[in-house]
Amino acid sequence: MGAVLELIGVSKTFTMHLQGGLRLPVLAGVSFAVHAGECIVLAGRSGIGKSSVLKMIFGSYRCDAGHILIEQDMERTDLVQAPARRVLSLRENTIGYVSQFLRAVPRVPAIDVVAQPLFGNGTSRDSARARAADLLHRLNIPDSLQNLPPATFSGGEQQRVNIARGFLPERPILLLDEPTASLDSENCAVVTSLIAEKKRYGTAVVAVVHDETVRERIADTIVDLTQFAAAA
Amino acid sequence: MTHATEQEALLSAEGLTRWYGRQLGCRDVSFDLYEGEVMAVVGESGSGKTTLLNLLSAQISPSAGRVLYRMRDGVTRDLAGLGEAERRLLARTDWGFVHQDPTMGLRMGVSAGANVGERLMAVGWRHYGEIRGSATSWLDRVEIDPARIDDMPATYSSGMRQRLQIARNLVTQPRLILMDEPTGGLDVSVQARLLDLLRGLASELKLSVVLVTHDLAVARLLSHRTIVMKEGEVIETGLTDQVLDDPQEPYTQLLVASVLPA
Repeated sequence: MGAVLELIGVSKTFTMHLQGGLRLPVLAGVSFAVHAGECIVLAGRSGIGKSSVLKMIFGSYRCDAGHILIEQDMERTDLVQAPARRVLSLRENTIGYVSQFLRAVPRVPAIDVVAQPLFGNGTSRDSARARAADLLHRLNIPDSLQNLPPATFSGGEQQRVNIARGFLPERPILLLDEPTASLDSENCAVVTSLIAEKKRYGTAVVAVVHDETVRERIADTIVDLTQFAAAA
Repeated sequence: MTHATEQEALLSAEGLTRWYGRQLGCRDVSFDLYEGEVMAVVGESGSGKTTLLNLLSAQISPSAGRVLYRMRDGVTRDLAGLGEAERRLLARTDWGFVHQDPTMGLRMGVSAGANVGERLMAVGWRHYGEIRGSATSWLDRVEIDPARIDDMPATYSSGMRQRLQIARNLVTQPRLILMDEPTGGLDVSVQARLLDLLRGLASELKLSVVLVTHDLAVARLLSHRTIVMKEGEVIETGLTDQVLDDPQEPYTQLLVASVLPA
């Protein structure tokens, strides 16, 4: 079986125009492939560009060179060249992303923040909310919080809402940026088993995880980005 | 498989240019907008955003370039080739225009219900009960107490007026909405409510929206794609999070860096 996601020669340089056009080469020649049911953990010192790789795969960072190939319905798309519409449709159907921090929308209750990716793709609102509630319960977010907007939640609670939102839809590729960073050990274990379930289901996972125990439990392959660090 | 017409843009700008004498309004603006897509146009005042909106809605004509619109019958037409009657019909039915100042988009001398009902009458609705019923349900949808249906918009708060303007626009089920700073001038709590409402309506009704704003947070919350304008020209385009999280152009970087964190 071919790779669901493949990076070939991906490079990233930041140009800071406000600092007199300072160029910061970060990564060059990043190449790896991820198969269904496999979990790749990106490693390397802080600042090496682990989150940047996830963001390039999600399309929120531009990629300066190389190819990011995504397989969906027997069709391969190079995300680097794809028009915005195509990227949006891949996000709707193929690529899930759990960012480091929840971007809270005012007024929207936690349960709808989580259920929203299912709205509009044929699932009824009630069943989307029911599934969201189940997942939030597993992540120890009680009913009393589920109907409140998450803006006032603690860091750990917000992160669990964010995880639920990313894990609820069944997408073939899941990108995780420090999903357990602000969680206690109990919730950490819940997230670890959620990741294991995703893998059994055939999801290709790319994660940035610092916690050694979590990393050991989820990683099939570790890709050390140090080998791709761009010469400054 | 998606239907053939869904592959085709609803609205296309091709090399749109407008001069006011020797003063440039905007130059060589091109983009495609598809059904269900929300596109933000950001840039500081004087960058040509409003000129662009006026060109797109055929309120002014371009010095060069053209605007193509796919009509309800599936035929894509050049706006410049439409007769005045056809253009007016489009503006009254298939398009909505949400102004920053709701008094520009409302008739202040008639009741809230009449403001909503008027657009229906313009497309041939005649039955009073049906018009009132539709107006009532739209007021409810934009979170205005239907008991206030007979009140004049002058008695409404600015946030309510803005929501009334939105109801008036959406009642004819338009496919394209043009918005000029819809949250400008509202205080933040009212803004949040309006943004949430707009976000829900746009995705539920699969509206195509061109949203002019100078507020990057509004662009992030509501739009899929963003174009950045400066001195009349488009200097950067992309997915909204891409433009805001990884801006490439000096001006966009300045814009993003200038936002005060709350």
